Amino acid sequence: MTGKPHRDIVLTPEQLKSRRARNIAIGLVVALLVVLVYVLTIAKLGGHVADRVI
Amino acid sequence: MSLVTDSGFAADALSTGSTATPGDYVELLKPRVMSLVVFTALCGIVAAPIRINPVLAFTSLLAIAVGAGASGALNMAYDADIDGLMARTRGRPIPSGRVTAGEALAFGGVLSLFSVMVIGLAANWLAAALLGFTILFYSVVYTIYLKRRTPQNIVIGGAAGALPPLIGYAAVTGTVTLDSLLLFGIIFIWTPPHFWALALLRSEDYARAGVPMMPNVKGTARTRLEILVYSAMLAPLGIVPWFTRLGGNVYGVVALVAGGLFLLLAWRCYRRREGSAADKAAKHLFGFSILYLFLLFAVLLAERGLALATHFGLWG
Repeated sequence: MTGKPHRDIVLTPEQLKSRRARNIAIGLVVALLVVLVYVLTIAKLGGHVADRVI
Repeated sequence: MSLVTDSGFAADALSTGSTATPGDYVELLKPRVMSLVVFTALCGIVAAPIRINPVLAFTSLLAIAVGAGASGALNMAYDADIDGLMARTRGRPIPSGRVTAGEALAFGGVLSLFSVMVIGLAANWLAAALLGFTILFYSVVYTIYLKRRTPQNIVIGGAAGALPPLIGYAAVTGTVTLDSLLLFGIIFIWTPPHFWALALLRSEDYARAGVPMMPNVKGTARTRLEILVYSAMLAPLGIVPWFTRLGGNVYGVVALVAGGLFLLLAWRCYRRREGSAADKAAKHLFGFSILYLFLLFAVLLAERGLALATHFGLWG
């Protein structure tokens, strides 16, 4: 590994299409993860969270 | 085994130019196994005597499902060489060249860590420890050590497949009890007759791949005897949840009848040893074994689900 970008690699249309599909899938999973962590946090906090003793 | 990847550049180029689709990665998770894991883990969650927030229950279930999927990906990463030799597994993403073993390893590793952390945060760290143990047990103890070494591979390795209800139960209660151990025990004892019935039908496939399944190592007669012995243990064990009141009367009747049928089919499999009648008997047993486990857990789920619905005023 030289660390330089591989400029000589030219992706085929099929490779580009599958890469795009993978990127969309990763994006969706990360978005769902964000929602999950948010909902999980609310559920863990429970009701009356503002009434707690600090 | 095939975890060693190509040189840095080649591996990089392969990843950059991959034609793997998201569907290939989903396939690495073994969705059919995952669905069974989700089903049995849900039974563990619902069977627990106390209730938790539905969001936490759902998240725990999701984490168990992802953990099971991660185990599948790690298993496929290691087993790519023998998967390519068997008709049943030849079309999997790695042997067919759509995903590299290194990619599957990374995918499985990341999902394993993610699932254990999530269930730990959502439920408790006992459930997280059990899930972590299950993933390690399946991907290291079963896949790397047992599968290619001993005909007892699926007996011992079956523990990994039997743990999901125990994890689900622990996610709710934070403990392991007799009831959750019973659910574990039923799947654990069910696994050998289920897989050996399949192995009787696919023995040539396993022999080609060099996997020492019971029929290839000890012979079909011994396999049929062991199937009968395990079935004789399973039939009464399936009824025990009725005695502990984990299952109700409907469960008791279903477990009794289904257990009797299981034993009958195992007996036929033991008696019919030659020709198409032998294959048919093994096929019937294999098919019924899936129905048996589904019936027991579905009735349990329905009974406990009804009790839950009544508790929340949604029923009765």
